[in-house]
Amino acid sequence: MSALLELDRVNKDYRIGGFLDSSILHAVKNVSFTLSAEKPEIFTIVGESGSGKTTTARMILGNETPTSGTLRFMGQDIAGIRSRADRLKFMAKAQPIFQNPFEAFNPLTTLDYYLYSTARRFLGIKDRGGVEAATDKALNHVGLSLAEVRGRYSHELSGGQLQRIAVARALIPGPRLIVADEPVSMVDASLRMSIVNLFRELRDTLGVSIIYITHDLSTAYYISDRVIIMHRGDVVEAGDAQSVLGNPQHEYSRALSGAVLPPDPEEARQIIERRMAGAV
Amino acid sequence: MFKILRDLLRYNIEFTIGFVLTLAIFLFALAHFWAPLPAEAIYLLPPDMPPSAQYWLGTTSRGQDVLWQMSAAIWNTMLFGLTVTILSRLLAVAVGMLSGYLGGKWDQILMTINDTMIALPNIPILLLVYFVMRDSMSWPVLAATAALLGWNYDARLIRSVTLSLRNREFTRHAVFAGMSVPQILMRQHLPYVMPVIFFTAMNNLIWAIGLEVTLSVLGFSDINRPTIGGMIYWANQHQAIIAGIWWWIAFPIIAIVLLFLGLFLLAISVNEYIDPRSRLSRMGA
Amino acid sequence: MNADVLKVEGLKAYYQMNYFGVRREVRAVDDVSLTIRRNEIYGIAGESSSGKSSLIKTIAGAITPPLRVVDGSVKFDFDGRTLDVYAEPQAMKGARWQNLSYIMQGSMNVLNPVRKVKHAFHDFAFKHMGLSERDFWAKVEQHLQRIGLDPRVLESYPHQLSGGMRQRLTIALATVCEPDFIIADEPTTALDVLVQQDVLALIKDVQRRMGASIIFVTHDMTVHAAIADRIGIVYAGRLVEEGPTLDVFRRPQHPYTAHLIGSLPRIGDSRKRSALPGKPPNLADPPSGCRFHPRCPLAIDKCKTDNPALLPRQTGRVACWRAGEVEAA
Repeated sequence: MSALLELDRVNKDYRIGGFLDSSILHAVKNVSFTLSAEKPEIFTIVGESGSGKTTTARMILGNETPTSGTLRFMGQDIAGIRSRADRLKFMAKAQPIFQNPFEAFNPLTTLDYYLYSTARRFLGIKDRGGVEAATDKALNHVGLSLAEVRGRYSHELSGGQLQRIAVARALIPGPRLIVADEPVSMVDASLRMSIVNLFRELRDTLGVSIIYITHDLSTAYYISDRVIIMHRGDVVEAGDAQSVLGNPQHEYSRALSGAVLPPDPEEARQIIERRMAGAV
Repeated sequence: MFKILRDLLRYNIEFTIGFVLTLAIFLFALAHFWAPLPAEAIYLLPPDMPPSAQYWLGTTSRGQDVLWQMSAAIWNTMLFGLTVTILSRLLAVAVGMLSGYLGGKWDQILMTINDTMIALPNIPILLLVYFVMRDSMSWPVLAATAALLGWNYDARLIRSVTLSLRNREFTRHAVFAGMSVPQILMRQHLPYVMPVIFFTAMNNLIWAIGLEVTLSVLGFSDINRPTIGGMIYWANQHQAIIAGIWWWIAFPIIAIVLLFLGLFLLAISVNEYIDPRSRLSRMGA
Repeated sequence: MNADVLKVEGLKAYYQMNYFGVRREVRAVDDVSLTIRRNEIYGIAGESSSGKSSLIKTIAGAITPPLRVVDGSVKFDFDGRTLDVYAEPQAMKGARWQNLSYIMQGSMNVLNPVRKVKHAFHDFAFKHMGLSERDFWAKVEQHLQRIGLDPRVLESYPHQLSGGMRQRLTIALATVCEPDFIIADEPTTALDVLVQQDVLALIKDVQRRMGASIIFVTHDMTVHAAIADRIGIVYAGRLVEEGPTLDVFRRPQHPYTAHLIGSLPRIGDSRKRSALPGKPPNLADPPSGCRFHPRCPLAIDKCKTDNPALLPRQTGRVACWRAGEVEAA
């Protein structure tokens, strides 16, 4: 079995503070996991702010280099990518989805500019017709068409639509891996499910593996195959999503899963009443 | 373009005033090409004539018509000021944006040069250039020198804007969309930098014209070429104030003040128009 | 004494802008009527740019141009004293903080990072309470203890405290004058998941003990489930449904509400949930008739032309032509 992505004892330290009182922050500690190349999956990293989940994502995308340990993507050391040509080759296979769809597109640039640029650069298509065909095909995968997007600016579309366009853009070069950092936390509830369902479809129909990074356990449970829970840089629990989230073992995972409010007034009310009796 | 101009004229009173002032002064300056006498010629008219029906703004002690002198002087001064402004804006934008976007080593090198230039005193440098160049000193050389001295503060300002843009998600997104550094800078960041460029251009223009006047008043420029500073220089040489030839000094100064006012009003209203927030609101965001 | 502490009638608040001849009107609050009773938590649910923030800003009388009140009234009833927010702005000033206070989203916006916490209490509350310095601090310390904070936090700077503690402090700050009415704007959104429940429990506890009313705004339906007595659902600047929380969750009457509740994911259940088609309406150019009709699975021709009024139905109110036929998804 060959690996699509392999993290081997990855560490990332930051030096924080000034000249005199600097200290070391261990943002990511000894993280190891492997995504198989044969079987696409949705792999979820759950954690709160400061857990190291975003740093891990940035290292996978090559935006940060690890302090120690290696990250290998399709056999290649990600930190070793130097030249622009190699970098483009890597980016064609590993693409990001960002947190805030309104921030991910420049408000003063039309959305199609991002799509065309991706098609030109990664697919090497020169003529306008070819670029548009490739763009339209990618947009079709997310339930949109070029006619709806051409010439539009980000403020003309909803967060959910923008996020789908972002996914379509990421799909253009034909990636094997998509790293999505909190992709639904800024998207309205009525549109959230359309993004989450889209990830499932990408996995099943296009065979794209997805690293889904979130603090929301409910959507993590809803779409993940496997999950790791991170806490202050450590992976505290890892495994199959149903068992890790449905029946957490580690103390922190249990606290996290206990903090999720159920979508039912009676149950939720009982939890709050218990807290009121206990805490205050 | 025409529509933009129409909208600005219709809805922005500052723009309208600025536009009318600047246009009037521009047309006045343009008129010097049809002047009855060459601008450099002296003692062709009776000297020291007060404003009258024949000589609207009077004549100088050197026998020149103040009206036509001013027309040529404003043209030359503006030409100098705009050349300095455009050259120094190009430098400021290039250095500021590259420094802010590339960061790291490049940022350090560019900002070290920038800060060293800030520390250099302008006037002594220009005098040094003047003494070295001597006779080959022409206004383009002076403009180039001034441009080299006039971009540093603004490069820092532009750098800080680019620095904040670099950390925004859309920049990372652009990188993963395969855009090259020039594409990101020109297409993604320049619209946000434009207001800074316009705003500083105004300051820079005023500074450049002031510099030209200062150097001319001191006599460190081509004094036979009519400029606003040159007129004041000659008026001083002939002790115009003491001699009561007030029109020789008053009219050039009024003209330059009106020009500054017009340009200032234009700059603030155009700035409001190209500001990303105002642009987005007009687009319906 | 009147049972209602707040009465909003036919409120319309629009953003009216004019940029170089491009005139725009955004109907952020469009004909909203609601009442809030004494001693209840009223949840306002709605998505981004549904107008829910504009609604509470308008209720608080804290609007600035280009947002303007076009029509309608907002009346508070504090101890039998009626206060019309837009008819007598001066009287409103006196009621701020004493009768009406706020809990905001980012606690750092309230607490000045370079001043000790005690200054915030002095700035916000001292002149409203009419107490001597000594009595004032005694009262503040007592209040902090009630909220589960050590009075020593008064001597610390905001950055020395955790996010949860800071949010507790803003709650303490908002409640120290024992106001009749509190506006809570997404108070748990920026918090870590682990402290969310504690903060909600605290808000509920304080509310219950003081008998205050809270208008609680959040997009998170699970938070409403946990804390609100009644909920109002806002869509495209209009109130589309309102009712007791339990009834709204169990038997939603409006198709939009039914979708919001039906699509909530839940641990232990990975059945596929559908998404709502289409996109949220643009308030500068809202759809005709019922604003939800382009996305509504039950829309009929009437919905495209006629705007349904918010009418009483069962235990609440709903604005839908087909309210009787909505089933929870």
